Amino acid sequence: MAILKVPLSARDHVIGGENAEVTVVEYGDYECPHCAAAHVVVHRILQQFGDRLLFAFRHFPLTEIHPHAGPAAEAAEFADAHGRFWDMHNSIYANQPRLSVPLLFTLAGALKLSQSELQDALATHRYAQRVQSDFLGGVRSGVNGTPTFFINGQRHDGGYAFPDLVSAITRSMTSQPHA
Amino acid sequence: MAQVLAPGTPAPNFNLRVTPDQMLSLKELAGRRVVLAFYPADWSPVCGDQLAVYNQVLPEFRSRGADLFGISVDGVWCHQAYAQARNLRFALLSDFHPKGGVAAAYGAYRESEGVCERALFVIDEKGVIAWSYCSPIAVNPGADGILDALDRMQEKESHGNSKSATVSA
Repeated sequence: MAILKVPLSARDHVIGGENAEVTVVEYGDYECPHCAAAHVVVHRILQQFGDRLLFAFRHFPLTEIHPHAGPAAEAAEFADAHGRFWDMHNSIYANQPRLSVPLLFTLAGALKLSQSELQDALATHRYAQRVQSDFLGGVRSGVNGTPTFFINGQRHDGGYAFPDLVSAITRSMTSQPHA
Repeated sequence: MAQVLAPGTPAPNFNLRVTPDQMLSLKELAGRRVVLAFYPADWSPVCGDQLAVYNQVLPEFRSRGADLFGISVDGVWCHQAYAQARNLRFALLSDFHPKGGVAAAYGAYRESEGVCERALFVIDEKGVIAWSYCSPIAVNPGADGILDALDRMQEKESHGNSKSATVSA
């Protein structure tokens, strides 16, 4: 059973309760259609579990097959530097079918972020290292495709449909009572 | 699940088609670390993700002195089309004739379905299996086991080197 090797830390992008009973870490790619489908499911999961669950998203761009996944992840990190990670994250998935570099500028503009600053960040790969370190941590943890979920640190090998995730999360909550 | 060849076993040699007009044998790779990834079939979704991840992790394998090869029973033309479509930067070997012969020698052939198991082997410079793993066929094994095995080999090597250095000093 693959185990999450990089524990959650202050550098992670998280949503949910600080004292959550269960943590869910997703490794995802902004150009992956399965991740876009899972993104909708994650929203429902967050509603279902509320503060009982802590969700974190980490980058796992498969740039060899998804040429826009790298710049998209870097743009999300750029937005994070301005406190808008989740807004950018949600916008990218909402617009995934027309994902392109110009679209990233449009999304940044819609969030009132500086487009020229984003251009500079992408051109100099300011956030590439940050994205790559997520990727390598994922590889060492046994991420085997996207999306890959870790529930309380254990890789979830089942599907990512709502009932599959709900039952895996519930099982994890009952088998590992929070200390 | 099949009993794949265990660490410490000499890796069976093979001579397989790697492109429509080229063969590759394990012997030719002596002195290199070799990662063999047996997988059931080109185009199937799980393998697709598995090989896409390996493709992306390739620099990590190479920085540890290892060459990666995928092996399935698909024919060489099928491999060629698949590798082009997925932009694969590593070679796919065709265990096509006799079908699954090499997979069987490694204990990684599923006779019932006529396809390779989802099995991984890390072979050292001397052609000995250093690590092997057979995953449930529907579970993509990821790259962590391979990297851990390569790191252990590197540690052992640097440990050996530092020991001999102390002796000669």
